[in-house]
Amino acid sequence: MCTTCGCSKGAGTVITDPETGERIETPAEGRNGGAREPGSWRQLATGPEGASVAAHLHARGHRHAHEAHVHEHDGHGHMHEHDGHVHSHEHVHEHHHAQTPAAFDHSPVSIAEVAIAAATHSTTIALEQDVLAKNQLLAEHNRGWLASRHITALNLVSSPGAGKTTLLERTIRDLQDLHSAQTIQVIEGDQATLNDAERIRATGCRVVQINTGTGCHLDAGMVSRALAQLDPPAQSWLMIENVGNLVCPALFDLGEQAKVVILSVTEGEDKPLKYPHMFRASRLMLLNKIDLLPHLRFDVERCIAYARQVNPSIEVLQVSAETGAGMKAWYAWLEAAALEEVGETVR
Amino acid sequence: MHELSIANSVVELCAERAMGARVLRVTLEIGRLSAVMPDAIRFCFDVCAKDTVVEGAALEIVETPGLARCLDCGGSVDMIDLLEHCACGSVNLELLAGSELKIKQMEVV
Repeated sequence: MCTTCGCSKGAGTVITDPETGERIETPAEGRNGGAREPGSWRQLATGPEGASVAAHLHARGHRHAHEAHVHEHDGHGHMHEHDGHVHSHEHVHEHHHAQTPAAFDHSPVSIAEVAIAAATHSTTIALEQDVLAKNQLLAEHNRGWLASRHITALNLVSSPGAGKTTLLERTIRDLQDLHSAQTIQVIEGDQATLNDAERIRATGCRVVQINTGTGCHLDAGMVSRALAQLDPPAQSWLMIENVGNLVCPALFDLGEQAKVVILSVTEGEDKPLKYPHMFRASRLMLLNKIDLLPHLRFDVERCIAYARQVNPSIEVLQVSAETGAGMKAWYAWLEAAALEEVGETVR
Repeated sequence: MHELSIANSVVELCAERAMGARVLRVTLEIGRLSAVMPDAIRFCFDVCAKDTVVEGAALEIVETPGLARCLDCGGSVDMIDLLEHCACGSVNLELLAGSELKIKQMEVV
């Protein structure tokens, strides 16, 4: 499987509610993708005058014949299109037209014959299908559900160790003091362990943990299942702490209002240039651990310039989740995002 | 390395749309700015296709170049990567092409 990060479809996702200990396991995805076995026939579309377009689906090494040919054949090949399915037929004259499906001749044929049949009978189907469309659809579903409850959802992304969990712990504790009305709920994403969920739970905050197994990012389907488990109240903040990874999470919309990328000053100041997709996809960059700046050679201005080079509209706040420096500006940003969420829904 | 789950989605979508037919060829369009590596997709595709109707299918990848419009001067910018800037010096660019990740077509039999 993937030798870079261990991504695999072999392992399922587990969602754990640390409060109740309830575990919801999602089995690994099916190998066949719901496809049927070759060797069957299926009517793809019905054309005008009730003419059916038959797709010939046959297993390797079998002769095949057509039950009902509705195409006009002149023996020289033709192309026609039905509902986006383009068929190209170059009928060879040895082709056998049987009267009923029972008349199918299933005698084995040589590979060469199959190759000829394949070359002359293949059907090209125009798909123009966005590969991430399924995730996008689920993400929009999540977004609609969250909007209906005026929930401000943020997708927190960073490399491992940038301080996402520490930032969340402090944010939850400070906002509990400042703001008892609006609560924070958390979805934690990690490959393994409940460690982060336990840390969040210790603050008194409601949390569910998604363990992606070997997966390197959260996707909208995982978040949808976690939302069903978490059931966050209306007008709360939902913090989704993604798997620590500056690459893959940039591509997978979860239904959040915005991505917030956390970069700690103990990392390289050129991270925005090295991982431009993530910084381009984020609305806010939190530059964390600024209390350590006196001990480091980290050029804050240069780092911000790099971030704006890949995303001219990115907002930047400098914070220390450890000392609390700069955190007030982050809370103000959260308040503004919540107002925007309500505003969007009212409009 | 999200290419494995992407290759898996490609195989699933093709198998679904093939409705039981055997897939001979899949044509993918991958934009140069899509953050998806064609080589990694090729590497994963065969593994994902195993035991499905897509097994053994040829994978054709069409790479589309990146193109942006400068929001300051209106010029067009060829984007080799996301770090490009306009000849006028601006990085305020609107991406027009290059982030595609699409299954263009497939050939079934």
